[in-house]
Amino acid sequence: MKTKTKRSTTERQNLRNGLLFCSPAIIGLATFTLYPVLASLYYSFCNYPMLKPPVWVGLANYHTLFHDPVFYKSLSNTAYYAVLATPLGIITAFFMALLLNQKVKGMAIFRTMFFVPSIVPMVAGVVLWLWLLKSDNGLINIILGAMHLPTPGWMSDPLWSKPALILMSIWGVGGWMLIYLAGLQDVPIDLYEAAEIDGASPMQRMLHITIPFLSPHLFFTLIMGFIGAMGYFTQAFVMTSGKGGPVDSTRFFSLYLFQNAFMYWKMGYACAMAWILFILVLLFTLFLFKTSARFVHYGGER
Amino acid sequence: MARRKTNPAKIATYAALILLGTIFILPFFWLLSTSFKPSSRIQQWPPDILPMQPVHARVAGRSVDVYRDKHGAELALIERLKGGMASVKPLSNTRATARTVKADDLTQVVKPGLEWSNYSRGLVFIPFFAELRNTLIIALSCVLGTILSCSLVAYGLCKIEWKGRNLLFIILLSTMMLPAQVTMIPVFTIFVKLHWVDTFLPLIVPSFLGSAFFIFLLRQFFMGIPRELSEAAKLDGCSEFAIYRRIVMPLSKPALATVGLFTFMGAWNDFLNPLIYLLDESKYTLSLGLAMFTGQYGNEYGMLMAVSAVFTLPIIVLFFFTQRTFIQGMTMSGIKG
Repeated sequence: MKTKTKRSTTERQNLRNGLLFCSPAIIGLATFTLYPVLASLYYSFCNYPMLKPPVWVGLANYHTLFHDPVFYKSLSNTAYYAVLATPLGIITAFFMALLLNQKVKGMAIFRTMFFVPSIVPMVAGVVLWLWLLKSDNGLINIILGAMHLPTPGWMSDPLWSKPALILMSIWGVGGWMLIYLAGLQDVPIDLYEAAEIDGASPMQRMLHITIPFLSPHLFFTLIMGFIGAMGYFTQAFVMTSGKGGPVDSTRFFSLYLFQNAFMYWKMGYACAMAWILFILVLLFTLFLFKTSARFVHYGGER
Repeated sequence: MARRKTNPAKIATYAALILLGTIFILPFFWLLSTSFKPSSRIQQWPPDILPMQPVHARVAGRSVDVYRDKHGAELALIERLKGGMASVKPLSNTRATARTVKADDLTQVVKPGLEWSNYSRGLVFIPFFAELRNTLIIALSCVLGTILSCSLVAYGLCKIEWKGRNLLFIILLSTMMLPAQVTMIPVFTIFVKLHWVDTFLPLIVPSFLGSAFFIFLLRQFFMGIPRELSEAAKLDGCSEFAIYRRIVMPLSKPALATVGLFTFMGAWNDFLNPLIYLLDESKYTLSLGLAMFTGQYGNEYGMLMAVSAVFTLPIIVLFFFTQRTFIQGMTMSGIKG
């Protein structure tokens, strides 16, 4: 009887302490996540010009969105970026990690060279690339010209503006490289030795040892890359002074969402876009998780 | 036999490393090089690889630029004339009467030298120091808030046993999947109603209310601290808060450093939130200030590169001093569970 009351006192004390310690997160979740999620869902069914209170309009925002050519343009821009930037970034980072894993001298120097671009403040990086990508006297076209290669107009040409941004994104994949490098250093060396004794070619070792071992890391960066691409905003905004030009070619989904919210003050419309984004991210991640079971090999513990 | 086989592979590896390394470092080199070029030489064709300064000469008591003609003779440019012509005097005999030549036939005589005015003018134009102060106030407050709130919550989630802690943890983790765009607009309306727009508060206050990813990171770290330590302290009559402050926090310095570093970087980098919440130019952060400056003076590449260099420098310095924390943090974020 006595022990029981004692236990319930500690239990009550623990509950009180636990709630107290976790109160920042509980308050934060309620005000900055739970309420906003519900509110944005509600606003997405409203006409909400910010200065006036929201007025319920049902599915009108969604209906307008599905007939808005700019919405489709922004979706296709984002898909273009995601489908190219993420895999190209993964391949580049993976290749750099493989090189660095070759036990060569000066590895720390090369690692720094590859990694440092990824920590440059985003806006500074964009300003630098704005200069590098200048069509007439930017460094990239100077080099391409010297090699007698075509010199595209980059940010002034709607065909080349997205490749320009993808090029810039590849420059910043150093973080992914570090993730792969950490993974590569965990691959047991005796596996390679055994494979070599069995006569496996370097290509076979890559396909049957390295890539399966790194598949969780590759999968993680693939998901992060796609989610990042869906939210791609700052670079396009700074590059084009918030316009998404030339000819809407860099008006990405999140940029158009921002423009609707904070330039045209169509808050309800922007919330509807945000929910479409959310659903796309969810569906996509679910799809990746469902299909990944065959490609991603986790260690034995799981 | 084995040695001879590895050598070509080693050479190929080095060649690839050097080629890729050069490509990745080249933009930095160009950033620095441009930032030290005088504006008259920045758009020069062919471009100067290293910063060059025009050579001057004194002719009849005034300073003029020196050019070289097709035959290599050095000429003092007296003045540019209409129709692409120029009036010049040979440098060897500046008393001679001026003659007129085609401006296209002249190339400017330059010597290596650094132009510092991009820095002095750029930092005043932006205005750099006011924006640096704003950025530091916001970034350091966020570091404090994040370390404080996330460590408390992480402690509450793994060192105290209470009903509902697993539920809270799962909810927290699932919010990481939520795109920021979904909550962005209602959060903005909250801050509008609080009259916090155009203050630093919307950028700082949320950090005091926890961030799922850092809570997750710290919780993982706290789990590695032996239970016996806190249980012994509890028997000695220590309160939970005393255990948190005297035992868990001092033992978690590496993890806290990672959280602090990444929070600082995040705030230093942040563009979207300052763009939404800061209206008055005097409150701009460096990210926002540099972007606005670029929008207005997009052709002042010397100044833009100088300011970008100064904006980037603290992060590079921070990286070199905290390399281990940095690399651990980067890899930790990639390896789940």
